[in-house]
Amino acid sequence: MIRTLGVLGFLLVLEAAGRLGLIEALPPVSVVLVTAAGLAVDGSFLSDVGATLSACAAGLLIAVVTAVPAGLLLGTVPAVERSVRPLVEFLRPIPSLSLIPLAMFLWTDSHDAKIALIVYTCSWPLLINTMYGLADVDPIAKDTLRGFGFGPMAVLWRVSLPSTAPFIATGVRIAVSVTLIVAVSVELLAGGGGGIGAYLVQAGSANRVDRMLAATVWAGALGLAANALFTAAERRLLRWRWAT
Amino acid sequence: MLEISNLSHVYGSGPGAHHAIEGLNLSVAEGELLCIVGPSGAGKSTLLRSIAGLIQPTGGEVRIEGKLVKQTPDNLAVVFQDYSRSLFPWMSVADNVALPLRRKKMDKQQRRAAAQEALESVGLAEAGKKYPFQLSGGMQQRVAIARALAYRPALMLMDEPFGSVDAQTREDLEDLVLQVRGHHKMTIVLITHDIDESVYVGDRVVVLSKAPAHVVGDLKVELASPRDQITTREHSDFVHLRAEVGRLVRGLERTPA
Ligand SMILES: Nc1ncnc2c1ncn2[C@@H]1O[C@H](COP(=O)(O)OP(=O)(O)OP(=O)(O)O)[C@@H](O)[C@H]1O
Ligand SMILES: [Mg+2]
Repeated sequence: MIRTLGVLGFLLVLEAAGRLGLIEALPPVSVVLVTAAGLAVDGSFLSDVGATLSACAAGLLIAVVTAVPAGLLLGTVPAVERSVRPLVEFLRPIPSLSLIPLAMFLWTDSHDAKIALIVYTCSWPLLINTMYGLADVDPIAKDTLRGFGFGPMAVLWRVSLPSTAPFIATGVRIAVSVTLIVAVSVELLAGGGGGIGAYLVQAGSANRVDRMLAATVWAGALGLAANALFTAAERRLLRWRWAT
Repeated sequence: MLEISNLSHVYGSGPGAHHAIEGLNLSVAEGELLCIVGPSGAGKSTLLRSIAGLIQPTGGEVRIEGKLVKQTPDNLAVVFQDYSRSLFPWMSVADNVALPLRRKKMDKQQRRAAAQEALESVGLAEAGKKYPFQLSGGMQQRVAIARALAYRPALMLMDEPFGSVDAQTREDLEDLVLQVRGHHKMTIVLITHDIDESVYVGDRVVVLSKAPAHVVGDLKVELASPRDQITTREHSDFVHLRAEVGRLVRGLERTPA
Protein backbone atom coordinates (compact mmCIF):
# COMPACT_ATOMS: atom_id res chain seq x y z
CA MET A 1 0.00 0.00 0.00
CA ILE A 2 2.60 2.49 1.11
CA ARG A 3 4.75 1.41 -1.82
CA THR A 4 1.92 2.03 -4.28
CA LEU A 5 1.38 5.46 -2.77
CA GLY A 6 5.07 6.21 -3.08
CA VAL A 7 5.13 5.29 -6.75
CA LEU A 8 1.93 7.24 -7.48
CA GLY A 9 3.28 10.26 -5.64
CA PHE A 10 6.51 10.13 -7.59
CA LEU A 11 4.63 9.89 -10.89
CA LEU A 12 2.38 12.81 -9.91
CA VAL A 13 5.35 15.00 -9.10
CA LEU A 14 6.92 14.11 -12.43
CA GLU A 15 3.67 14.82 -14.24
CA ALA A 16 3.30 18.18 -12.54
CA ALA A 17 6.91 19.03 -13.30
CA GLY A 18 6.35 18.16 -16.95
CA ARG A 19 3.12 20.13 -17.21
CA LEU A 20 4.54 23.17 -15.49
CA GLY A 21 7.46 23.11 -17.87
CA LEU A 22 9.99 22.53 -15.08
CA ILE A 23 11.63 19.78 -17.11
CA GLU A 24 11.83 21.35 -20.54
CA ALA A 25 13.25 18.45 -22.51
CA LEU A 26 10.97 15.70 -21.24
CA PRO A 27 7.34 15.04 -22.08
CA PRO A 28 4.95 14.62 -19.13
CA VAL A 29 4.48 11.16 -17.63
CA SER A 30 0.95 10.80 -18.99
CA VAL A 31 2.19 11.29 -22.54
CA VAL A 32 4.92 8.71 -22.07
CA LEU A 33 2.44 6.22 -20.63
CA VAL A 34 0.00 6.73 -23.49
CA THR A 35 2.82 6.20 -25.99
CA ALA A 36 3.88 3.09 -24.06
CA ALA A 37 0.35 1.72 -24.28
CA GLY A 38 0.41 2.39 -28.00
CA LEU A 39 3.66 0.45 -28.34
CA ALA A 40 1.97 -2.64 -26.93
CA VAL A 41 0.06 -2.97 -30.22
CA ASP A 42 2.77 -1.60 -32.48
CA GLY A 43 3.90 -4.47 -34.70
CA SER A 44 7.37 -3.15 -35.41
CA PHE A 45 8.07 -2.47 -31.73
CA LEU A 46 6.77 -5.91 -30.82
CA SER A 47 9.09 -7.54 -33.32
CA ASP A 48 11.96 -5.60 -31.75
CA VAL A 49 10.91 -6.87 -28.32
CA GLY A 50 10.78 -10.38 -29.80
CA ALA A 51 14.30 -10.01 -31.18
CA THR A 52 15.63 -8.92 -27.79
CA LEU A 53 13.80 -11.55 -25.79
CA SER A 54 14.70 -14.40 -28.14
CA ALA A 55 18.36 -13.47 -27.93
CA CYS A 56 18.11 -13.32 -24.13
CA ALA A 57 16.39 -16.70 -23.95
CA ALA A 58 18.81 -18.39 -26.35
CA GLY A 59 21.83 -16.92 -24.61
CA LEU A 60 20.58 -17.90 -21.18
CA LEU A 61 19.77 -21.42 -22.29
CA ILE A 62 23.16 -21.98 -23.86
CA ALA A 63 24.85 -20.53 -20.79
CA VAL A 64 22.93 -22.84 -18.45
CA VAL A 65 23.68 -26.01 -20.39
CA THR A 66 27.38 -25.19 -20.62
CA ALA A 67 28.27 -23.29 -17.45
CA VAL A 68 26.43 -25.52 -14.98
CA PRO A 69 28.15 -28.75 -16.14
CA ALA A 70 31.43 -26.83 -16.26
CA GLY A 71 30.83 -25.71 -12.68
CA LEU A 72 30.08 -29.27 -11.64
CA LEU A 73 33.31 -30.43 -13.23
CA LEU A 74 35.37 -27.66 -11.64
CA GLY A 75 33.67 -28.16 -8.30
CA THR A 76 34.26 -31.89 -8.14
CA VAL A 77 37.69 -32.31 -9.72
CA PRO A 78 40.13 -30.15 -7.77
CA ALA A 79 42.91 -30.64 -10.32
CA VAL A 80 40.80 -29.12 -13.08
CA GLU A 81 39.73 -26.29 -10.81
CA ARG A 82 43.34 -25.46 -9.92
CA SER A 83 44.44 -25.49 -13.53
CA VAL A 84 41.74 -23.12 -14.82
CA ARG A 85 41.51 -20.86 -11.80
CA PRO A 86 44.09 -18.31 -13.07
CA LEU A 87 42.19 -18.04 -16.33
CA VAL A 88 38.91 -17.56 -14.50
CA GLU A 89 40.39 -14.93 -12.24
CA PHE A 90 41.77 -13.03 -15.20
CA LEU A 91 38.61 -13.15 -17.33
CA ARG A 92 35.95 -12.59 -14.71
CA PRO A 93 36.68 -8.94 -13.83
CA ILE A 94 36.61 -7.85 -17.50
CA PRO A 95 33.40 -5.81 -17.92
CA SER A 96 31.56 -7.80 -20.52
CA LEU A 97 30.22 -4.67 -22.21
CA SER A 98 33.79 -3.80 -23.13
CA LEU A 99 33.80 -6.96 -25.21
CA ILE A 100 31.02 -5.72 -27.50
CA PRO A 101 33.40 -4.54 -30.26
CA LEU A 102 35.24 -7.85 -30.12
CA ALA A 103 31.98 -9.80 -30.30
CA MET A 104 30.85 -7.72 -33.26
CA PHE A 105 34.14 -8.40 -34.97
CA LEU A 106 33.99 -12.15 -34.34
CA TRP A 107 30.31 -12.56 -35.25
CA THR A 108 29.42 -10.45 -38.23
CA ASP A 109 25.73 -11.19 -37.71
CA SER A 110 24.74 -8.84 -34.88
CA HIS A 111 22.12 -11.27 -33.57
CA ASP A 112 24.84 -13.89 -33.09
CA ALA A 113 27.19 -11.39 -31.51
CA LYS A 114 24.44 -10.49 -29.07
CA ILE A 115 23.79 -14.12 -28.12
CA ALA A 116 27.49 -14.84 -27.81
CA LEU A 117 27.98 -11.95 -25.41
CA ILE A 118 24.91 -12.92 -23.38
CA VAL A 119 26.25 -16.47 -23.08
CA TYR A 120 29.61 -15.16 -21.96
CA THR A 121 28.15 -12.76 -19.40
CA CYS A 122 25.61 -15.23 -17.99
CA SER A 123 28.18 -17.97 -17.67
CA TRP A 124 30.03 -16.31 -14.81
CA PRO A 125 27.30 -16.18 -12.19
CA LEU A 126 26.18 -19.67 -13.23
CA LEU A 127 29.68 -21.11 -13.05
CA ILE A 128 30.63 -19.43 -9.80
CA ASN A 129 27.34 -20.21 -8.06
CA THR A 130 27.47 -23.85 -9.11
CA MET A 131 30.98 -24.19 -7.73
CA TYR A 132 30.07 -22.33 -4.58
CA GLY A 133 27.01 -24.52 -4.07
CA LEU A 134 29.03 -27.69 -4.52
CA ALA A 135 31.51 -26.56 -1.90
CA ASP A 136 28.57 -26.04 0.43
CA VAL A 137 27.09 -29.55 0.10
CA ASP A 138 26.83 -31.17 3.51
CA PRO A 139 29.51 -33.88 3.77
CA ILE A 140 27.20 -35.92 6.00
CA ALA A 141 24.60 -35.99 3.24
CA LYS A 142 27.22 -37.29 0.81
CA ASP A 143 28.51 -39.81 3.34
CA THR A 144 24.98 -41.05 3.86
CA LEU A 145 24.73 -42.18 0.28
CA ARG A 146 28.31 -43.42 0.20
CA GLY A 147 27.51 -45.41 3.33
CA PHE A 148 24.91 -47.32 1.35
CA GLY A 149 27.56 -48.19 -1.23
CA PHE A 150 26.76 -45.56 -3.87
CA GLY A 151 29.64 -44.45 -6.11
CA PRO A 152 30.88 -40.89 -6.74
CA MET A 153 28.71 -40.32 -9.83
CA ALA A 154 25.57 -41.39 -7.97
CA VAL A 155 26.49 -39.11 -5.07
CA LEU A 156 27.02 -36.21 -7.49
CA TRP A 157 23.71 -36.80 -9.23
CA ARG A 158 21.54 -37.63 -6.22
CA VAL A 159 23.03 -35.46 -3.48
CA SER A 160 25.41 -32.80 -4.75
CA LEU A 161 23.29 -31.61 -7.65
CA PRO A 162 20.00 -31.26 -5.73
CA SER A 163 21.84 -29.61 -2.82
CA THR A 164 23.40 -27.17 -5.25
CA ALA A 165 20.11 -26.44 -7.03
CA PRO A 166 19.26 -23.37 -4.90
CA PHE A 167 22.66 -21.86 -5.67
CA ILE A 168 22.25 -22.59 -9.37
CA ALA A 169 18.79 -20.99 -9.22
CA THR A 170 20.31 -17.85 -7.73
CA GLY A 171 22.87 -17.90 -10.52
CA VAL A 172 20.08 -18.13 -13.06
CA ARG A 173 18.28 -15.17 -11.51
CA ILE A 174 21.42 -13.05 -11.60
CA ALA A 175 22.01 -14.17 -15.18
CA VAL A 176 18.46 -13.24 -16.19
CA SER A 177 18.94 -9.74 -14.84
CA VAL A 178 22.08 -9.22 -16.91
CA THR A 179 20.74 -10.67 -20.16
CA LEU A 180 18.60 -7.59 -20.86
CA ILE A 181 21.45 -5.23 -20.07
CA VAL A 182 23.80 -7.01 -22.44
CA ALA A 183 21.19 -7.46 -25.17
CA VAL A 184 20.09 -3.82 -25.20
CA SER A 185 23.69 -2.60 -25.02
CA VAL A 186 24.70 -4.63 -28.05
CA GLU A 187 21.60 -3.46 -29.91
CA LEU A 188 22.38 0.18 -29.16
CA LEU A 189 25.77 -0.20 -30.80
CA ALA A 190 25.14 -2.79 -33.46
CA GLY A 191 21.79 -1.58 -34.80
CA GLY A 192 20.73 -3.41 -37.91
CA GLY A 193 19.74 -6.56 -36.10
CA GLY A 194 16.66 -4.98 -34.50
CA GLY A 195 15.76 -5.23 -30.82
CA ILE A 196 14.69 -2.74 -28.16
CA GLY A 197 18.09 -1.07 -28.31
CA ALA A 198 17.76 -0.49 -32.06
CA TYR A 199 14.28 0.94 -31.50
CA LEU A 200 15.71 3.36 -28.91
CA VAL A 201 18.38 4.54 -31.35
CA GLN A 202 15.78 5.16 -34.04
CA ALA A 203 13.49 7.01 -31.65
CA GLY A 204 16.44 9.10 -30.53
CA SER A 205 17.51 10.06 -34.02
CA ALA A 206 13.89 11.00 -34.84
CA ASN A 207 13.80 13.20 -31.70
CA ARG A 208 10.90 11.18 -30.34
CA VAL A 209 11.75 11.39 -26.66
CA ASP A 210 8.29 10.10 -25.74
CA ARG A 211 8.95 6.90 -27.70
CA MET A 212 12.39 6.58 -26.21
CA LEU A 213 11.00 6.80 -22.71
CA ALA A 214 8.06 4.55 -23.52
CA ALA A 215 10.40 1.85 -24.86
CA THR A 216 12.56 2.26 -21.76
CA VAL A 217 9.49 1.77 -19.59
CA TRP A 218 8.80 -1.47 -21.46
CA ALA A 219 12.38 -2.64 -21.04
CA GLY A 220 12.03 -2.09 -17.30
CA ALA A 221 8.69 -3.89 -17.21
CA LEU A 222 10.19 -6.85 -19.08
CA GLY A 223 13.04 -7.04 -16.60
CA LEU A 224 10.59 -7.01 -13.72
CA ALA A 225 8.41 -9.65 -15.34
CA ALA A 226 11.38 -11.92 -16.05
CA ASN A 227 12.54 -11.63 -12.47
CA ALA A 228 9.06 -12.37 -11.12
CA LEU A 229 8.74 -15.37 -13.42
CA PHE A 230 12.04 -16.90 -12.38
CA THR A 231 11.49 -16.19 -8.71
CA ALA A 232 8.11 -17.91 -8.86
CA ALA A 233 9.58 -20.90 -10.70
CA GLU A 234 12.36 -21.11 -8.14
CA ARG A 235 9.95 -21.05 -5.24
CA ARG A 236 7.93 -23.77 -6.84
CA LEU A 237 10.81 -26.06 -7.74
CA LEU A 238 12.71 -25.51 -4.53
CA ARG A 239 9.80 -25.55 -2.11
CA TRP A 240 11.86 -27.58 0.37
CA ARG A 241 14.45 -24.85 0.50
CA TRP A 242 11.96 -22.11 1.26
CA ALA A 243 10.16 -24.10 3.87
CA THR A 244 13.19 -24.89 5.99
CA MET B 1 31.96 -60.96 10.68
CA LEU B 2 33.95 -57.86 11.62
CA GLU B 3 37.62 -57.82 12.54
CA ILE B 4 39.39 -54.66 13.58
CA SER B 5 43.07 -54.97 14.22
CA ASN B 6 45.46 -52.41 15.59
CA LEU B 7 43.33 -49.58 14.21
CA SER B 8 44.66 -46.05 14.54
CA HIS B 9 43.45 -42.79 13.17
CA VAL B 10 45.08 -39.39 13.32
CA TYR B 11 43.29 -36.26 12.11
CA GLY B 12 45.64 -33.72 10.58
CA SER B 13 49.40 -33.74 10.97
CA GLY B 14 52.17 -31.90 12.72
CA PRO B 15 51.71 -30.39 16.18
CA GLY B 16 47.97 -29.84 15.67
CA ALA B 17 47.34 -33.51 14.89
CA HIS B 18 44.64 -35.24 16.88
CA HIS B 19 45.03 -38.92 17.70
CA ALA B 20 41.45 -40.11 17.70
CA ILE B 21 42.07 -43.86 17.79
CA GLU B 22 45.21 -45.77 18.71
CA GLY B 23 45.81 -49.51 18.66
CA LEU B 24 42.18 -50.55 18.80
CA ASN B 25 41.39 -54.25 18.46
CA LEU B 26 37.89 -55.61 18.26
CA SER B 27 36.04 -58.44 16.65
CA VAL B 28 32.32 -58.88 16.26
CA ALA B 29 30.70 -62.23 15.55
CA GLU B 30 28.02 -62.78 12.94
CA GLY B 31 24.60 -61.88 14.33
CA GLU B 32 26.00 -60.17 17.38
CA LEU B 33 24.64 -56.90 18.73
CA LEU B 34 27.60 -55.00 20.05
CA CYS B 35 27.21 -51.79 22.00
CA ILE B 36 30.07 -49.35 22.21
CA VAL B 37 30.16 -46.81 25.01
CA GLY B 38 32.81 -44.23 25.66
CA PRO B 39 33.27 -40.63 26.70
CA SER B 40 32.33 -37.81 24.38
CA GLY B 41 35.01 -37.05 21.82
CA ALA B 42 36.67 -40.42 22.40
CA GLY B 43 36.62 -41.33 18.74
CA LYS B 44 33.49 -43.48 18.54
CA SER B 45 32.17 -41.87 15.40
CA THR B 46 35.65 -42.06 13.91
CA LEU B 47 35.70 -45.78 14.59
CA LEU B 48 32.34 -46.18 12.94
CA ARG B 49 33.46 -44.22 9.88
CA SER B 50 36.51 -46.43 9.56
CA ILE B 51 34.35 -49.55 9.70
CA ALA B 52 32.06 -48.13 7.03
CA GLY B 53 35.00 -47.26 4.79
CA LEU B 54 34.02 -43.59 4.84
CA ILE B 55 37.49 -42.63 6.03
CA GLN B 56 40.78 -44.39 5.46
CA PRO B 57 42.24 -45.01 8.90
CA THR B 58 45.86 -43.94 9.17
CA GLY B 59 46.88 -47.28 10.65
CA GLY B 60 45.71 -50.85 11.12
CA GLU B 61 42.92 -52.52 9.23
CA VAL B 62 39.24 -53.34 9.21
CA ARG B 63 37.96 -56.55 7.68
CA ILE B 64 34.36 -57.45 7.06
CA GLU B 65 33.77 -61.11 6.35
CA GLY B 66 37.49 -61.44 5.80
CA LYS B 67 37.61 -58.70 3.17
CA LEU B 68 39.72 -55.63 3.82
CA VAL B 69 37.54 -52.52 3.88
CA LYS B 70 38.86 -50.03 1.33
CA GLN B 71 35.61 -48.34 0.37
CA THR B 72 32.12 -48.78 1.67
CA PRO B 73 31.30 -52.48 1.46
CA ASP B 74 28.04 -53.72 0.07
CA ASN B 75 25.36 -54.76 2.45
CA LEU B 76 26.18 -52.20 5.08
CA ALA B 77 24.03 -49.41 6.42
CA VAL B 78 24.94 -46.50 8.64
CA VAL B 79 22.64 -44.49 10.90
CA PHE B 80 24.49 -41.24 11.44
CA GLN B 81 24.65 -39.29 14.64
CA ASP B 82 23.65 -36.13 12.72
CA TYR B 83 20.41 -37.67 11.54
CA SER B 84 18.89 -34.38 10.40
CA ARG B 85 21.83 -33.68 8.11
CA SER B 86 21.68 -37.17 6.70
CA LEU B 87 18.09 -36.85 5.48
CA PHE B 88 17.69 -35.23 2.08
CA PRO B 89 15.45 -32.16 2.44
CA TRP B 90 14.37 -32.17 -1.20
CA MET B 91 12.79 -35.61 -0.97
CA SER B 92 9.71 -36.84 0.78
CA VAL B 93 10.22 -39.07 3.79
CA ALA B 94 9.18 -42.15 1.80
CA ASP B 95 11.63 -41.28 -1.00
CA ASN B 96 14.39 -40.79 1.54
CA VAL B 97 13.78 -44.27 2.90
CA ALA B 98 13.44 -45.84 -0.55
CA LEU B 99 16.48 -44.21 -2.15
CA PRO B 100 19.18 -46.65 -0.95
CA LEU B 101 17.07 -49.55 -2.20
CA ARG B 102 18.06 -48.51 -5.73
CA ARG B 103 21.21 -50.46 -5.00
CA LYS B 104 19.14 -53.62 -4.75
CA LYS B 105 17.35 -55.52 -7.45
CA MET B 106 13.98 -54.02 -6.62
CA ASP B 107 11.51 -52.24 -8.86
CA LYS B 108 9.83 -49.01 -7.90
CA GLN B 109 6.80 -50.72 -6.44
CA GLN B 110 8.90 -53.01 -4.26
CA ARG B 111 11.01 -50.11 -3.08
CA ARG B 112 7.93 -48.16 -2.14
CA ALA B 113 6.42 -51.08 -0.28
CA ALA B 114 9.64 -51.77 1.61
CA ALA B 115 9.91 -48.10 2.58
CA GLN B 116 6.34 -48.04 3.85
CA GLU B 117 6.89 -51.19 5.85
CA ALA B 118 10.03 -49.77 7.47
CA LEU B 119 8.24 -46.53 8.29
CA GLU B 120 5.44 -48.49 9.91
CA SER B 121 7.92 -50.39 12.02
CA VAL B 122 9.23 -47.13 13.52
CA GLY B 123 5.72 -45.83 14.06
CA LEU B 124 5.67 -43.38 11.17
CA ALA B 125 3.15 -45.06 8.88
CA GLU B 126 1.49 -41.73 8.08
CA ALA B 127 4.63 -39.68 7.49
CA GLY B 128 5.71 -40.98 4.08
CA LYS B 129 4.39 -38.08 2.03
CA LYS B 130 5.77 -35.42 4.34
CA TYR B 131 9.14 -33.73 3.98
CA PRO B 132 11.83 -34.12 6.63
CA PHE B 133 11.56 -30.51 7.77
CA GLN B 134 7.92 -31.09 8.60
CA LEU B 135 8.89 -33.66 11.23
CA SER B 136 10.20 -33.21 14.76
CA GLY B 137 13.79 -34.15 15.57
CA GLY B 138 12.76 -37.46 17.09
CA MET B 139 10.65 -38.32 14.06
CA GLN B 140 13.52 -37.47 11.73
CA GLN B 141 15.74 -39.78 13.70
CA ARG B 142 13.22 -42.57 13.30
CA VAL B 143 13.15 -41.93 9.54
CA ALA B 144 16.93 -42.34 9.45
CA ILE B 145 16.56 -45.61 11.35
CA ALA B 146 13.77 -46.77 9.03
CA ARG B 147 15.99 -46.07 6.04
CA ALA B 148 18.70 -48.36 7.41
CA LEU B 149 16.17 -51.03 8.37
CA ALA B 150 14.54 -51.03 4.94
CA TYR B 151 17.93 -51.70 3.40
CA ARG B 152 18.25 -54.98 5.34
CA PRO B 153 22.03 -54.79 5.61
CA ALA B 154 24.16 -57.66 6.87
CA LEU B 155 25.96 -55.15 9.07
CA MET B 156 24.22 -52.14 10.55
CA LEU B 157 26.21 -49.37 12.18
CA MET B 158 24.26 -47.02 14.43
CA ASP B 159 25.79 -43.89 15.91
CA GLU B 160 23.77 -42.79 18.94
CA PRO B 161 20.58 -43.55 17.08
CA PHE B 162 18.17 -42.76 19.90
CA GLY B 163 19.72 -39.50 21.00
CA SER B 164 16.81 -37.16 20.56
CA VAL B 165 13.69 -39.21 21.09
CA ASP B 166 11.57 -39.20 24.21
CA ALA B 167 11.99 -41.94 26.81
CA GLN B 168 8.96 -43.92 25.67
CA THR B 169 9.93 -43.88 22.00
CA ARG B 170 13.48 -44.69 22.96
CA GLU B 171 12.37 -47.87 24.68
CA ASP B 172 10.19 -48.78 21.72
CA LEU B 173 13.09 -48.28 19.34
CA GLU B 174 15.43 -50.32 21.53
CA ASP B 175 12.93 -53.15 21.39
CA LEU B 176 12.54 -52.64 17.66
CA VAL B 177 16.27 -53.07 17.13
CA LEU B 178 16.22 -56.26 19.20
CA GLN B 179 13.28 -57.55 17.25
CA VAL B 180 14.76 -56.71 13.83
CA ARG B 181 17.99 -58.40 14.78
CA GLY B 182 16.01 -61.51 15.70
CA HIS B 183 14.10 -61.57 12.42
CA HIS B 184 16.81 -60.78 9.90
CA LYS B 185 20.12 -62.19 11.04
CA MET B 186 21.72 -58.78 11.19
CA THR B 187 24.99 -57.90 12.86
CA ILE B 188 24.63 -54.57 14.63
CA VAL B 189 27.19 -52.22 16.10
CA LEU B 190 25.47 -49.56 18.18
CA ILE B 191 27.19 -46.58 19.72
CA THR B 192 25.52 -45.02 22.71
CA HIS B 193 26.12 -42.64 25.59
CA ASP B 194 23.59 -44.41 27.72
CA ILE B 195 25.08 -47.13 29.90
CA ASP B 196 21.70 -48.71 30.73
CA GLU B 197 20.84 -48.82 27.09
CA SER B 198 24.10 -50.52 26.17
CA VAL B 199 23.40 -53.31 28.66
CA TYR B 200 19.73 -53.61 27.80
CA VAL B 201 20.24 -53.85 24.04
CA GLY B 202 23.65 -55.44 23.72
CA ASP B 203 24.89 -59.01 23.61
CA ARG B 204 28.17 -57.45 24.48
CA VAL B 205 29.34 -54.05 25.65
CA VAL B 206 32.70 -52.60 24.73
CA VAL B 207 33.97 -49.58 26.64
CA LEU B 208 36.35 -47.22 24.90
CA SER B 209 38.91 -45.02 26.59
CA LYS B 210 39.26 -41.29 26.18
CA ALA B 211 41.08 -40.16 23.04
CA PRO B 212 43.06 -41.79 21.63
CA ALA B 213 40.43 -44.49 21.85
CA HIS B 214 41.18 -48.12 22.56
CA VAL B 215 39.20 -50.87 24.23
CA VAL B 216 39.32 -50.76 28.03
CA GLY B 217 36.43 -53.07 28.79
CA ASP B 218 34.67 -55.89 27.00
CA LEU B 219 31.72 -57.46 28.80
CA LYS B 220 29.42 -60.20 27.71
CA VAL B 221 25.80 -59.49 28.53
CA GLU B 222 24.11 -62.68 29.53
CA LEU B 223 20.56 -61.64 30.10
CA ALA B 224 17.55 -63.73 29.17
CA SER B 225 15.91 -62.89 25.88
CA PRO B 226 13.49 -61.71 24.80
CA ARG B 227 14.34 -58.74 26.93
CA ASP B 228 11.68 -56.69 28.59
CA GLN B 229 11.91 -53.04 29.51
CA ILE B 230 10.62 -53.66 33.03
CA THR B 231 11.71 -57.11 34.12
CA THR B 232 15.11 -57.11 32.42
CA ARG B 233 16.01 -53.77 33.93
CA GLU B 234 15.12 -54.87 37.46
CA HIS B 235 17.00 -58.13 37.18
CA SER B 236 20.01 -58.32 39.49
CA ASP B 237 22.30 -59.31 36.59
CA PHE B 238 21.27 -56.17 34.74
CA VAL B 239 21.89 -53.99 37.76
CA HIS B 240 25.24 -55.62 38.30
CA LEU B 241 26.32 -55.24 34.69
CA ARG B 242 25.36 -51.62 34.38
CA ALA B 243 27.31 -50.89 37.55
CA GLU B 244 30.32 -52.59 36.04
CA VAL B 245 30.07 -50.68 32.77
CA GLY B 246 29.45 -47.50 34.71
CA ARG B 247 32.56 -48.07 36.77
CA LEU B 248 34.65 -48.58 33.64
CA VAL B 249 33.34 -45.41 32.03
CA ARG B 250 33.64 -43.36 35.21
CA GLY B 251 37.06 -44.73 36.00
CA LEU B 252 38.15 -43.15 32.78
CA GLU B 253 36.86 -39.80 33.84
CA ARG B 254 38.85 -39.84 37.05
CA THR B 255 42.19 -40.83 35.62
CA PRO B 256 43.46 -38.23 33.18
CA ALA B 257 44.44 -39.70 29.81
N1 LIG C 1 37.20 -34.40 10.35
C1 LIG C 1 37.87 -34.19 11.49
N2 LIG C 1 38.99 -33.43 11.50
C2 LIG C 1 39.67 -33.21 12.64
N3 LIG C 1 39.33 -33.68 13.83
C3 LIG C 1 38.23 -34.44 13.91
C4 LIG C 1 37.45 -34.72 12.73
N4 LIG C 1 36.41 -35.50 13.11
C5 LIG C 1 36.54 -35.67 14.44
N5 LIG C 1 37.64 -35.06 14.91
C6 LIG C 1 38.12 -35.07 16.30
O1 LIG C 1 38.33 -36.40 16.67
C7 LIG C 1 37.87 -36.64 17.98
C8 LIG C 1 36.93 -37.81 18.00
O2 LIG C 1 35.78 -37.47 17.27
P1 LIG C 1 34.54 -38.45 17.20
O3 LIG C 1 33.49 -37.74 16.45
O4 LIG C 1 34.99 -39.74 16.65
O5 LIG C 1 34.16 -38.60 18.73
P2 LIG C 1 32.91 -39.34 19.39
O6 LIG C 1 33.44 -40.34 20.31
O7 LIG C 1 31.99 -39.81 18.33
O8 LIG C 1 32.26 -38.15 20.20
P3 LIG C 1 30.71 -37.94 20.58
O9 LIG C 1 30.40 -38.87 21.68
O10 LIG C 1 30.67 -36.51 21.05
O11 LIG C 1 29.91 -38.18 19.35
C9 LIG C 1 37.24 -35.34 18.46
O12 LIG C 1 38.16 -34.70 19.32
C10 LIG C 1 37.05 -34.53 17.22
O13 LIG C 1 37.25 -33.16 17.49
MG1 LIG D 1 30.14 -39.31 17.75
